Amino acid sequence: MSNLVEVRNLRIEAKTDAGRLVEIIKGVSLDIADGEIVALIGESGSGKTTVALSLMGYARPGCRITGGEINVNGKNMAALSEKERAKLRGTDIAYVPQSAAAAFNPSSTIMDQVIEVTRIHKLMSPAQARQRAVELFRALSLPDPEGIGARYPHQVSGGQLQRLSAAMALISDPKLVIFDEPTTALDVTTQIDVLKAFKSVMRAGGIAGVYVSHDLAVVAQIADRIVVLKGGEVQETGTTAAILSTAQHPYTRELLAAFEPKPRQAHADVDAGTRQLLCIDNVTAGYGAVRADGLPLIRAVDSVSLVVEKGRNLGVIGESGCGKSTLARVIAGIHPAAAGNIVFDGKELQRAARKRSQDQLREMQIVFQYADTALNPAKPVEDIISRPLAFYHRLDRQARSERVDELLDMVRLPRGLRYRHPSELSGGQKQRVNFARALAANPKLIICDEITSALDTVVAAAVIELLKELQRELGLSYIFISHDLSVVEAICDEIMVMYNGERVEQITPDKLTAPTHPYSKLLFSSVPKLDPTWLDGLVRDPELVSQYGHR
Amino acid sequence: MTMARAATLRRSFLGYSYSLVGVVAALVILAWTLVAILAPYVLPHSIGDIVDDDYFGPMRQGLWLGSDYLGRDMLSRVLMGARYTVGISLAAVSIACFSGVMLGMIAAVTGGWLDTCLSRFLDAMNSIPSKLFGLVVVAAVGSSIPVLILTLAVIYIPGAYRFARALAVNINTMDFMTVARVRGESTFYLIGSEILPNIIRPVLADFGLRFVFIVLLLSGLSFLGLGLQPPLADWGALVRENIGGLPFAAPAVIVPSLAIASLTISVNLLIDNLPQKIRDRDT
Repeated sequence: MSNLVEVRNLRIEAKTDAGRLVEIIKGVSLDIADGEIVALIGESGSGKTTVALSLMGYARPGCRITGGEINVNGKNMAALSEKERAKLRGTDIAYVPQSAAAAFNPSSTIMDQVIEVTRIHKLMSPAQARQRAVELFRALSLPDPEGIGARYPHQVSGGQLQRLSAAMALISDPKLVIFDEPTTALDVTTQIDVLKAFKSVMRAGGIAGVYVSHDLAVVAQIADRIVVLKGGEVQETGTTAAILSTAQHPYTRELLAAFEPKPRQAHADVDAGTRQLLCIDNVTAGYGAVRADGLPLIRAVDSVSLVVEKGRNLGVIGESGCGKSTLARVIAGIHPAAAGNIVFDGKELQRAARKRSQDQLREMQIVFQYADTALNPAKPVEDIISRPLAFYHRLDRQARSERVDELLDMVRLPRGLRYRHPSELSGGQKQRVNFARALAANPKLIICDEITSALDTVVAAAVIELLKELQRELGLSYIFISHDLSVVEAICDEIMVMYNGERVEQITPDKLTAPTHPYSKLLFSSVPKLDPTWLDGLVRDPELVSQYGHR
Repeated sequence: MTMARAATLRRSFLGYSYSLVGVVAALVILAWTLVAILAPYVLPHSIGDIVDDDYFGPMRQGLWLGSDYLGRDMLSRVLMGARYTVGISLAAVSIACFSGVMLGMIAAVTGGWLDTCLSRFLDAMNSIPSKLFGLVVVAAVGSSIPVLILTLAVIYIPGAYRFARALAVNINTMDFMTVARVRGESTFYLIGSEILPNIIRPVLADFGLRFVFIVLLLSGLSFLGLGLQPPLADWGALVRENIGGLPFAAPAVIVPSLAIASLTISVNLLIDNLPQKIRDRDT
């Protein structure tokens, strides 16, 4: 037994609700040496999490390990009894979940939860465990390592919580740690700190790791080797450098291609660009009690002005909590502004949506981030898309049906999908339906609120391409809100950077104007590059980080 | 529900998977409904006629379920009792659930003062003990079938309202509700087309549960003598008037008790085992 982990011909079956058996992992083999970090990469549904969980001998409800060997540290996890597996989990093998916020119990302190593993497995005395936890907090560069354990999970930030969940995994000195997309839910500026902390701790302890992700750039920073999965099979295995430079498999190339900067087409209709479609002047909005001056107590959007020209796109970028989503809701009238003017297509708009005319509502559509909650799960796709047609355009049944076909063609979905319910669609398909519903209204402006954030890189790139094509055909304008700079750069003519509710600066990617504001600089420099040496070579101005980075 | 039971007793039919327990329960309910509808045409004796010389007579030919405390035919009285028990309860539960669910959804979608007023008023209603409320109403206006139906409905409206409101509030925070609002949709469309399809399954389950409560409350009221008046009798009244037969193990007291149990247990089992749509299309 030369390697720490040797998986041979692993097969996992799932049972559908009709009692049919589906093989979701079809003979996967992989090795992990001592102290090596291997990344499992692939789109959603490729089986990467299922493989990672099987290393603990665990299969999610409805799934069963049907064949193959999973040798971890000389023990075949697939053949052990549940009791023996429980002894290894948390001691030899540890797990860091995707959403640390959901993984912590909100009603007990962080320290109690971090040292819980040592109590369950009787590894050391509570006092020793606390001491070890504080050492880990320090190694993971958490602020106030002595005191942070006494806090409750809601009293620390998302990035800190993710590092604390790593401390929970590392406290028992495991030989193997499984990271399940630990930075997917974090901002880029926070992601860097978490990645750096993970990398240094893993290196220092010589711990082997499995890093599950769909973000190739993140994986490039932390992994020694990359295993590309698709449809439950290994497509390609290689060292990180080899995969990045000489990828063989078409799927790997597709993943890499999603990172290449797309050549931007210059806008031919320059003269059309002179007309203002939307003009927002000094808009302020927020939450909480209204104070004497008529403004709310907490201002999520503070005196923001912006202009969107006809047929052009504006990107709004910033970290979570910077007020960019509130801005979208203010423009759409969902959250009425407390002060300021909104002029749309030459007419002043009411602040609240319910006071706007039906035509004004029709011409400005909003598309939300989570297609799962934006589509009514109880209705078939056909009904969802045809409602705006009946409501705004008063089309009869026949005309609606034809138009639904046209709209499905427009968003590149097969027509047969119209009879399905949202739960029967993939994430990318749902987002296309979500978009088709907005198109059904024949809008002039579509506000896209983080619409690609919940999608895989490859799917997101396809959705962005679709948006560009539709813009050429239909002459739409977009306001594109995102925390992902590469997405915004790919589609927008102007980029507005927001920080703490205020507009920090406006950048025009066409003219290649470099960001000048310190926060923009930090944000732009935090986007991971495919270069594996990028994280180690990254030098950030410590003053900037302490001022703007929420650590 | 355990995985093992689900695996062994589940069958599929027309794209739905269902359990055998649910089918048996549905058949029992169907049988009682048929009895309720057809009772007047199949009665062997009139429910008021004294046909036996003895009281609490045993089961025998001609009197299949024995006789009651006055020597009346028990089979006729149980069959007719089904009509009142199922009929009154169904009418009451329909009124209660329809009003409660509608008000609940409207309160959740509208919010603000309407929600506050409705919720506080119905909470106040909820705080009145149900048997006491029934007692007061019957004492005030007398006992008749419409009064019974309305009283039972009023008692169960606040519960249905609370349940539907809690579900609708969750749906109301979803993005598709915001999309529909920004589209300019009316409250009526919001509750009918966006919320109701999403809460219909739990609401139906609640409907069934409330039906059981109402059957039991009606039986309880009848047991106290506040329900249907003689010679009419629902199952609860039958148990009460024949309670004296208990020491003799008379079928007159056992049969209506079994009838109540079979109906309420079946409704509960059906709710727990409603057919589920199969989402895996490739079978």
